[in-house]
Amino acid sequence: MFVPTTEKERQEMLRTIGVGSFDELVGSIPEKARNPSYRLPKALTEMELARHMEALGAQNRLPLSFLGGGAQEHYIPAAVWAVALRGEFATAYTPYQAEASQGTLQLIYEFQSMVCRLLEMEVANASHYDGASALAEAVNVALLDFDGRNPGRRGAVKKVIFPETLHPHYRATLKTYFHQRADVRLECLPCPDGTLAPSVLAGYVDDSTAAVAASCPNFFGLLEPAGELCRAAHARGALFIACVDPVGMGILAPPGSYGADLAVAEGIGLGIPPSFGGPSLGLVAAKRSLLRKMPGRFCGLTADRDGRRGYVLTLQAREQHIRREKSSSNVCTNQALCATAATIHMALLGPEGLREAAELCYGLSHELASALTDVPGFRLKFGGASFYNEFVLQCPQDASQVQRALLKDDILAGYPLGADYPWLKDCLLVCATETKTRADLRRVAEAARKLPVAAAR
Amino acid sequence: MIQKGEATIFEKSVPQRRAIRFPATEGLPSSKDGLPAEHRRAAPAALPEASELDVVRHYTRLSQLNFSIDTHFYPLGSCTMKYNPKINDQIALGPRFSKLHPLQPDETAQGILEALFRLERALCELCGMDAFTLQPSAGAQGEFVGVLVARAYHQKRGENRTEILIPDSAHGTNPASASLGALTPISVRSNVRGRLDVADFKSRLSPKTALVMLTVPNTLGLFEDDILEIAEAAHRAGALLYMDGANFNALAGLVKPGDLGVDMAHLNLHKTFSTPHGGGGPGAGPLGVKKHLEDFLPVPRVVEEAGLYRLRGDFPLSVGRVRAFFGNVGVLVRAYCYLRRHSAKEFRQISESAILHANYLKALLKPAFEAFVDEPCMHECILQTDPKRMNGVRTMDVAKRLLEYGFYAPTVYFPLIVPEAMMLEPTETESKQSLDEFARAMLAIAEEARMTPERVKAAPQSLPVKRLDEVGAARNPDLSWPGRVPSA
Ligand SMILES: Cc1ncc(COP(=O)(O)O)c(C=O)c1O
Repeated sequence: MFVPTTEKERQEMLRTIGVGSFDELVGSIPEKARNPSYRLPKALTEMELARHMEALGAQNRLPLSFLGGGAQEHYIPAAVWAVALRGEFATAYTPYQAEASQGTLQLIYEFQSMVCRLLEMEVANASHYDGASALAEAVNVALLDFDGRNPGRRGAVKKVIFPETLHPHYRATLKTYFHQRADVRLECLPCPDGTLAPSVLAGYVDDSTAAVAASCPNFFGLLEPAGELCRAAHARGALFIACVDPVGMGILAPPGSYGADLAVAEGIGLGIPPSFGGPSLGLVAAKRSLLRKMPGRFCGLTADRDGRRGYVLTLQAREQHIRREKSSSNVCTNQALCATAATIHMALLGPEGLREAAELCYGLSHELASALTDVPGFRLKFGGASFYNEFVLQCPQDASQVQRALLKDDILAGYPLGADYPWLKDCLLVCATETKTRADLRRVAEAARKLPVAAAR
Repeated sequence: MIQKGEATIFEKSVPQRRAIRFPATEGLPSSKDGLPAEHRRAAPAALPEASELDVVRHYTRLSQLNFSIDTHFYPLGSCTMKYNPKINDQIALGPRFSKLHPLQPDETAQGILEALFRLERALCELCGMDAFTLQPSAGAQGEFVGVLVARAYHQKRGENRTEILIPDSAHGTNPASASLGALTPISVRSNVRGRLDVADFKSRLSPKTALVMLTVPNTLGLFEDDILEIAEAAHRAGALLYMDGANFNALAGLVKPGDLGVDMAHLNLHKTFSTPHGGGGPGAGPLGVKKHLEDFLPVPRVVEEAGLYRLRGDFPLSVGRVRAFFGNVGVLVRAYCYLRRHSAKEFRQISESAILHANYLKALLKPAFEAFVDEPCMHECILQTDPKRMNGVRTMDVAKRLLEYGFYAPTVYFPLIVPEAMMLEPTETESKQSLDEFARAMLAIAEEARMTPERVKAAPQSLPVKRLDEVGAARNPDLSWPGRVPSA
């Protein structure tokens, strides 16, 4: 327990309050609900807790992993959390009192600036929950913008189009966010070739389309023709939302360069450990014209009474605490500490470090693809297409079985795609980032070669 | 201590300077050869160029411009700024938890799944609920999921209920979450005792009411003493009762929401369960439900089957996924650690101390600041500044002057129904000495307001910045440092 109050102090406080007993303070709680019985384990000391968690931790395995699927593993410099975990950052809250929160505020301002530069977008917010919910919020911005531009159509059905190559969990999240909205229809386009052809998209986009969302690289690691998709969306007045890999931005064309109206990303590659999926970091950026419809907090640079530079939370008139039910988003608590880590991480990498990391991702994953496709029975599912750090590997048998077999060698070879894409039951999604060495790549290729199915060919 | 102003990292940047380098790529396939031109980045991302020391010093200095729990008493009401035990950070960031990939097969992640499973069970026990989802990323997302669950429940029963009743004292996320879930929020008045006006409430209940969303204790720090009657009326009308449990720090170990007729409740683990607030997040807003709502919870869910913990997604009535992966797991691990440090009896002592401390602080401040409702409060109290009695000094001025005395300010101007509101939540982890010192500062400020009001109105003078031009900031938003971004 972390209560410092002694029994003597407790009595003094009760006297000062002017009550004879504590129960007089909680008289408004219905008698029959008071003092229930609980079945909870006994309290552990700090040392016992450490032991208990060590035992639980030992039940978690950390095989040599080639899992990506929206949570790629990246190196985190030691300085990132040494600084981010300082109590002054970690144990402060939303910087409501600007004068006593300039550290967090300036940091958020720098975060917004770095995200803008990374994505070449004009404005970025102070963070959202994760990549998938960030995408849902971006879609919401596009819907609001569509209503604003088409006042006569209010209430009529608006379409949001995305390819099946968008992360399956992101698609599921969109469905959750919008399935109760009678005025929104989500349309998922099949992509048998692994990417969405602009001519196919053009056949679906019409005047009722509020947004087209696509990820580049997509869930299969392939590079979508994002620029052409963006133009196809714009041709009918729809906004284009790009979902990107922030580390990939070291070498890949940023969404701003091909005209995306909104860009979102999962930021855990920027100094945040995967932690079984969270805490995560949703990045949301946009063209400046969409600023007042954006979700979440913004930090702005301003001046104090003496003209000295200072930072404040700004544009709060959009937010739930002021606009309540008319607010475009309900977000309040965001992912600030993850944004803190990401800011420090980006500053440590700099333009060259980010480029090197992305280039290693490209190089190692391509080397891995060659090594694995050298093994008889294995081939690239989408052979001709360009990929970044992840690829779809077609296996000689059910991919879950391959995954399980390689796990015996303490290797997590990838993510079996069959559960999300029944037509890809024999495919593994395989990823290599800068965290892997060439020896690691050899190890998985050799293990694959020894699989009974491969050997049989 | 605090320094004056700090240049941005972009101003400190020096071309070609480096911190982190990665191994050479010799012999590996190169993007220059393989990546089509249309996919290639034209110019490197304009990130700062700095040495490791530059970066560490810059952000360490920035951190020193903050007030925080570790450095200051931080009585920010509705936020439960209690001490965050260090061991929890250490455990959550240890490799056996932090390096786990969200798509790992269940059998390689038994430790984390067991921790999550046990956390769910313990939250059920503390709340008197039958099932919990740990997925919501923060309180607001928990509310949103609750709204979706309510909609799905009514639709399954063939009813299309479209309204939600929310007290006018509610936190802004409540009505915003309702709108996001396509329910129409109907505001219900509070009475002079700061509780929901039951007559007004009953007049607004109708066959269209899907959900009643009540904050307990409410945002005035008061227990809704008519809750049993409210629950009964809601249920009789066919509606569900939702409890915003952001203020659960007053109830853990004392009362089970499930015993009050509540059908579902979210908790803010970054409040009651002491996970660090991180300068604004991350948090976690798990949602607990009674049996009749369990089938609608988001996927995936943690289940135990034949001694194996598994993540299962096949729940046909589920409202679906609310985020890409399981939740803010690192936050959940910290909350689990906190939970295991306390027995039920200790949770009760925590709640009682939180309540005791709030009432004590209120008693000390009574000579100078009016209590909005003059009754014992729960874990926080709402006081008001009376500008007429204080030479025009307002709550904002008191807040700014407090900073100079070395205390973070209470939550101000919330709830919206209380003029000049100050919401103070001292929490159970502050000592009597810090409460006494804080009260002395508040009384001194009240005295200053009488003798030298200009001094209070001009505060702060001794912090890194004086009062900032917020109007200018909003009118002409400067949201990023100029640099290589396309111009508008
Ligand atoms: C009463 C109440 N409800 C809801 C919320 C929203 O929670 P969160 O900020 O975690 O989204 C808060 C806190 O900010 C709150 O105080």
